[in-house]
Formats: sequence, structure tokens, C-alpha cells
Amino acid sequence: MTGFLAGLCVAVLPLLAAGFWLGRRTARPESLGGLGTPVEHATFETLHTASLAAPPLRAGLTEETARRSARRLRTLLGTDALCLTDHENLLVWDGVGGHHRAEILERLAGPLDSGRGEAFRLHCETPDCPVRWAVITPLTVDDRVHGTLVACAPRESAVLVRAAGEVARWVSVQLELADLDRSRTRLIEAEIRALRAQISPHFIFNSLAVIASFVRTDPERARELLLEFADFTRYSFRRHGDFTTLADELHAIDHYLALVRARFGDRLTVTLQIAPEVLPVTLPFLCLQPLVENAVKHGLEGKTGTCHIQITAQDAGAEALVVIEDDGAGMDPALLRRILAGELSPSGGIGLSNVDDRLRQVYGDDHGLVIETAVGAGMKITARLPKYQPGVHQAARLATD
Amino acid sequence: MNSSYAVPAVALVVVATVLVGAFGLRISRTTSDFYVASRTVGPRLNAAAISGEYLSAASFLGIAGLVLVQGPDMLWYPVGYTAGYLVLLLFVAAPLRRSGAYTLPDFAEARLASQPVRRLAGAFVVGVGWLYLLPQLQGAGLTLTVLTGAPDVLGGLIVAVVVVATVAVGGMRSITFVQAFQYWLKLTALLVPALFLVLAWQGAGAPTHAFDEPAAFRDRRTVDVQDTLAVRLDRPLTVTVSGTVDGHAHHAGRVTLPEGTHRIAAGTRLTFAKGTRVPATDRGTNGGMSTSLAESREERPLYATYGLILATFLGTMGLPHVVVRFYTSPHGVAARRTTVAVLALIGLFYLLPPVYGALGRLYTPELTLTGDADAAVLLLPDRVVGGLGGELLGALVAGGAFAAFLSTASGLTMAVAGVLTQDVLPSRGVRHFRLGTVLAMAVPLAAGVLVGGLPVADAVGLAFAVSASSFCPLLVLGIWWRRLTPPGAAAGMLVGGGSAFCAVAATMADFPGTGNLHALLAWPALWSVPLGFLTMIAVSLATASRVPPGTAAVLARFHLPEELRAEVKA
Repeated sequence: MTGFLAGLCVAVLPLLAAGFWLGRRTARPESLGGLGTPVEHATFETLHTASLAAPPLRAGLTEETARRSARRLRTLLGTDALCLTDHENLLVWDGVGGHHRAEILERLAGPLDSGRGEAFRLHCETPDCPVRWAVITPLTVDDRVHGTLVACAPRESAVLVRAAGEVARWVSVQLELADLDRSRTRLIEAEIRALRAQISPHFIFNSLAVIASFVRTDPERARELLLEFADFTRYSFRRHGDFTTLADELHAIDHYLALVRARFGDRLTVTLQIAPEVLPVTLPFLCLQPLVENAVKHGLEGKTGTCHIQITAQDAGAEALVVIEDDGAGMDPALLRRILAGELSPSGGIGLSNVDDRLRQVYGDDHGLVIETAVGAGMKITARLPKYQPGVHQAARLATD
Repeated sequence: MNSSYAVPAVALVVVATVLVGAFGLRISRTTSDFYVASRTVGPRLNAAAISGEYLSAASFLGIAGLVLVQGPDMLWYPVGYTAGYLVLLLFVAAPLRRSGAYTLPDFAEARLASQPVRRLAGAFVVGVGWLYLLPQLQGAGLTLTVLTGAPDVLGGLIVAVVVVATVAVGGMRSITFVQAFQYWLKLTALLVPALFLVLAWQGAGAPTHAFDEPAAFRDRRTVDVQDTLAVRLDRPLTVTVSGTVDGHAHHAGRVTLPEGTHRIAAGTRLTFAKGTRVPATDRGTNGGMSTSLAESREERPLYATYGLILATFLGTMGLPHVVVRFYTSPHGVAARRTTVAVLALIGLFYLLPPVYGALGRLYTPELTLTGDADAAVLLLPDRVVGGLGGELLGALVAGGAFAAFLSTASGLTMAVAGVLTQDVLPSRGVRHFRLGTVLAMAVPLAAGVLVGGLPVADAVGLAFAVSASSFCPLLVLGIWWRRLTPPGAAAGMLVGGGSAFCAVAATMADFPGTGNLHALLAWPALWSVPLGFLTMIAVSLATASRVPPGTAAVLARFHLPEELRAEVKA
């Protein structure tokens, strides 16, 4: 009996879940039937239909988006048939009278060239064809014609011409927004590329100076350091791909620290604690090295003692948690906030705000850096890197193993 | 069984797991081992971790129990559990790794760029995870009952608490090392006692006993009947009874039962003399559902065997806790090498449970009467070797069994909790991950109390069937067929996985009882997997216009070795 009950529960649970989901999907906003006059009601209906047609069009005018919005647009216009075209092709035909496709395609050239609407009679052999008239209205974005909206009706109607014009204008606005979205994405990509970290010129200068100081006293050491320098610059100057793996980034940090250690000697100690599970995590190229550079700068500048830096990478479910901690001078949180907000530019280096910006661009706003600091209390920087993010792919491996 | 050593052994395993989990990280303080600290997990270590996570209570206890009760037909279980990795190696391992996906929902999103399909895959991950967790907790309860006589629920509760505590607090910081450690522990815990058992068996003159002849008691043995059961006798049986048989109360009286079926009431104690043949239980009247699968297996052995083979061969690739481990491999080739190593490691392990099953038939035949056949592995060392050595070996086995529950349960809990936090609970964050962990464990724990005893290996088989019918089509078609569309994938998972899930629910509810329909529902893979594939293909072809843009690039990324990617881009 308990077995039967349990089985029943197991069987009913998915049904409940499915019902809940269906209910959520099909739930309408509260019925407006009893609200307002019939005119107001009609307005609500129209606005609602328009709002439903908008989201697909925000992705631009393609076969897929046209297909998803055509039915709503036809409801909006109240015609028997509606079609959307781009410059050459008919993207979708919604409603009756599909056999007029070819004829309409022939008449497209005019409106596309002039950017002005056109209404004309359709020639049809079928005696009881439901559509006799067509209105072609262009969809224009920034004075350029992107496509057309064609509404077909059984008879000539000035109202339809006027309505089609209005709907076309509304669709054009959506397409304009889509254009805006696209240029925003392009801007983000360009920003990422521009933000693509460069190693600081100070670092190159200091490294070469350190190597030079070893050339006579310890040629072997100088050679090793030069090789470290070569490895590090090869990594940071590479051109392909915006992403790398945590393992590669850590190797770059290793090369970087070797050079820094040559300069500061025993004043710098580093502890590394890495969960090997997170080493394959893909992350924006050179986004941890600047943090380490920052820690070195804060740890060693303005004091004479030693500095200890701790780097940990932990496995945390679907994310990797990277923490970089130093026991240096720290910083006034208010000042840091202004730097991160872009109001102040820190002296030298690409700094924290660049890394923070890139992490937010790639992973979304809730994945920015978390920084805990106070004057004299060191600094602890935490970055949360999702193990999987759509669009984030590792570029080719640097070297085969 | 004496528990004086077993309880410390179990406690030791728990403590060792927590310690390895908390302190097993590679820490470097000097420059020279920086390289060591940031080295990715090699194929062999990762393979041991995958094996450790994969070898569950079903493998450790269940297979031996099934072989003991039902004979060599059940050897298909270890074969299927191993061969699943062969399919995984051939069709899935490298492309899955190259997709960059961490979980199965990630894969669905990477391949089809569709949020609804992602959510659906997430729902199935949770379903399969819960189905798989259920027998783990039951096995833990059984182990603790056998060892200490504690109530059934307690063992499951202990495992649940330990897993939730370590996972939620972040104690499993180096999960790879924990799981690898668990694999070697499990292998040792079965291998060492097995050597002693075989030696003892040889020392006793290597008695052999064919599987088709009925088992007999090797010495005087007392059996306590816990659930009312019916036995079928084909010859008269003389036995000492304290309790109720066929409605007559006996008090330590010697009774000779004639041929036919006899009902033995719960609480009855039977004492069999040496050499008595073990009576066969009449499964249909046993009341519980622990025998429902076995029954249909006896009726339709061929169908049941093929159903089992298909479910285990194709279900392995969809197990949520196995998939996430492949992310640890640095690249596609390493993922393939890892899979080969996994095949070797679990192949080695699966040689052992059948040995226990065969020896169990010789030394602990009364387990077929009480329905606790899953306990054979735990009881054998004490029974065969005896004395202090037997107790120590028994403690080792008990520790290994707990390692099996802990490793699989923690892997599954993390996978299910990850999906719950990412796709179900409102916002991400550490606190929600803890909530997800508790939720992931609470549901199977509660269900375990309700459902009672399905044999561990059979319950796991059902989880495999659901996984094979939902995720196998998604993975195989997603990787190898460029015309897969989001509606097709969703429909295929819903129809294939959903029907398998309904069949599982019906089986658990003991719905049709017997007959053809029951066999169909008890071994759903043979029809639900093709159904899933066909639906996915048919709906995809019908919605050909919905093939996601960029499919060619996605598939190229799945299949091209990583070194070539830069050249393709350039």
C-alpha cells in the first residue's frame, strides 16, 4: 500500500509541475473585460496585441522573427492576409491567398525604390479568391528601406491603407530598436577588444632593467629571466581569441611573478592554492594577471617590509571562485568606489576597473569583482567565474602537452 | 553481526572523506612547485575519480545480491554498467568536453541556444538524480541495519546529513581527490576480503554448487522472517518453528511441512538443520514490491535482459554526476583517454561482486528467504572466515559500502543542487546553493521512507532507463546530427524520457501487477529509447526551419581538435 502511494506521488508530481508550468505560460494579464468603456477596452486589446508582436521583431527582420510576429500583426490590422518581405524574398505569408506571392514579389521594386507605399488590384484567375487588393508599405529605418509589409483585403479600403501605414511605422520603430541593439552589441565587442589588457609599459621597462642587472653577475639567471619574459610577452601579445583557460592564465602569472621576484627578492612571498577541477574554466584573457599586478603594487609600494600574496581558486558548484589577497597598504573604500565607477583614473597599469568592466560585459552585472579593503588592512579581491557561459569558448591551446 | 569493528570503520571512512575533501588541495609556497599546483587533472586521476563517483551501492551490494538470488543472468548488470562507458567513449566523451558544457542543461543550451530546452533538460537531471539517490539512501539504511540492528531510516539519514553538511559548507573543496580516494577504498574493501574468502573456500575443499540446483544450508541456521512470506515446497521439509505457519502457532516445535505453498507469518523464527535445501519463496504472494521486477524477469527473460542492456549501455552518458566530471579534463583528447582508463578501472572492480554472489549462494543461502539479499557482501566475511579476522574483514567491507554511498550521493547531490540553484531557485548565490543541496537530498530521503524496498540494483536500473530515454537521444543526435531543432529536442526528451518516467512510476506503484504490460513497464528502455529517438528525429524534420543559426560552427567546435580551432578562425 505504501508502495502504491509512493508511486502515485511520483506519477502525480510531474503532472502537477506540468500543469503549473502550463498555467504560468498561458496566464493572461487580468481580464480587462469589466474595465472601462468599450472604446477603452478596444484600445487595451490593440495595445496588448501590439506588445505581443514587439519582442520577436526586436531581434531584427529575419524569417524566424517574421514568422513569429506575422500572426499578431495580422490580428492588429484585421486583414485576411499579411506578408512581410525583405529586399528580395518573401519572409512569411500569414492568412489566405498564398498564391499571390509571385505577383506581390514583382510589385515590390517600386515601394522599395521610392520608399513610398502603394495600393493596387491583384489579378486573379480564381473566381472566389478572397483577396483582391494589396497594400504595400515600406519599412524604413534611418531613411533606408529594410523591407515591406503587405496587407491584402477583398476590396479597396482607405482605412486599410491608413492602418497598414501606421502598423508599418510601428514595425519600423521596432526594427530601429533592433538596429540599436545590434550596434550596442558591436560597441560592447569593440569595448572588449579595446579593453583587451595590455601589459603595462612600466613592467616591460622594469623587467628589462632587472634582466640587464643580472647579465654580468649571473648570466644563467639572466637567460632564464629573459625566457620568462619571452613567454609572458608571447602570451599577452597573442592575437587570436578573447578567452583563455585558468591554467594558461596561471602560467602567465607564474612567468610574471618570476620577473617580479627577481626584482624584489625575498620581500615577496606567494602562496597558491588551486583546486585542479577549475583549471579548465574559460575566462577573459588576461583578467587575473592585472589583479596580481595590483596586489604586488599595493603590497610592496609604500612600505619596506615583506609582502605576502595568496592566490586561491576554489570549486563552487557551477562556478569557480578566484581570490587574490595581499597584506599590503590597502585602500580607502570610498576612493576605490570612485575608481571603479570611472571617475578617477588610477596611476599606471590597466587596473581593477578594466577587469571589472570586462567581467561584467562577459558574464553579466552580478559577476563583477568583489573587493574587500580598508586603509592598512590589505586587499582581498574575489572573482566568480561561471564554468559555462554561452558564447565563451576557449581559443586554441597555446601549446600541446 | 557483531558491530564492534564495523561502526568505527564506517566512522573512519566518513572522517577520512571529510579530511581528504578539506585538505587535499595542492598548495605551493615556493616558485618551483607553482607548476605542480596549476597542473590540470591527468586522465588517470580523473578516471579514478569518475569511477569512485560511479560505483554506487548498486555495484557494491546490489549485484552480488542479485547474482545470489537469481543466478548468472544477472551478470548482465556489471557488463552493462561497464559497457556504458564504451558508448560514451565512442560517441560522446570528446565532443561533450569540447562543447565547454559543465552540466547537461549547459550542453542543451550550447547546442540548441534555447532556454526552454535548457530548462527541460534541467528538470530531467533533477528527476534522474532523485531516482538514483533513492537506492543509495536505502542501501545505507540496509547496511546499518545489518551491522547494528538500527532502524532502516537511520543509515540513509546519516549519509544524507554527512553529504549535505560537507557539500553545503563547501567541505568538498577537492572533490577529485576525494572521489579517487573512494575508488581505491572501494576496490580494496572488496578485493582484500575476496582474496581471504576464496582462500577459505579453497581450504574447505572448494565445494562447488551449480546455480540451477537449489541451494542448501551448509550448517544449522536460524532465520528470522520479518515480512510475511509464502514458500513453495516441492518435497516435504522438516524445520523447527517458533511462530505461526499456515495459521497454526508453534513454539519451538519440530514441524514437517508437506509439499505445496505455505504462509509463514512475520516474526516467525525458523531453524533449519544442516543439509536442508533452501525452500523457494513464492514471489507473487510476497506482498512487497521488492520482487516485482524479478517476477517479470522470470516470465520474460529475453525481453528483460535486452531492456537492461539497452538501459545501461545508453543510460551512462546521461548520468548527471558523471557528465560534470568530464569538465575536469583539460581537452577532448584527455576526455577520451580518461574514458579508456575508466573502462579499465571499473572493469577491474566489476570482477569482484559476482564472486561474492557465487560464494553467497554457498554460504548465506537463507538471504533468499528474508529478501535481504543485498546484505550478502556484508555478511560473507563473518560467515566464511569467522573470528577476529572475519570481523575485521567485515568492517573493511562495511567501510567500503559506506564509501560507495557517500561518493555517489555527494556527486549526485552536487549535480542536482547545481541545477536547482541555476535554473529553478530565483537567484544564484552561495546561500541558494545550500538551500538547493538540502532540497536535493530531502526529496529522495522522504521518498525512501514512503517507497520501501526495491532491490538496489533494480532501482538504479530504472534511473538508467529514464536517462537513456531522455539524454541519450539529446546527446547523440545533438553531437552527430546537424538538423536537430529545439522543438525536436524538447519533444523527444518529453516523449522518451517522460514515458520512461511514467513507466517507472507505475512500476513503483505496483500498478499492473503481472503480465505483458507489467514487463513492458518494468523494463521500459527497449521501447522508450527508440521512441525518444524517433520523436526527436520526426519533430526535428517537421520543424526544419527552426534549426538554430550557427549550427555548423557549433558542430565544428564539437568535433575539431582544439589545436585546429585557431586555424579555422583565421
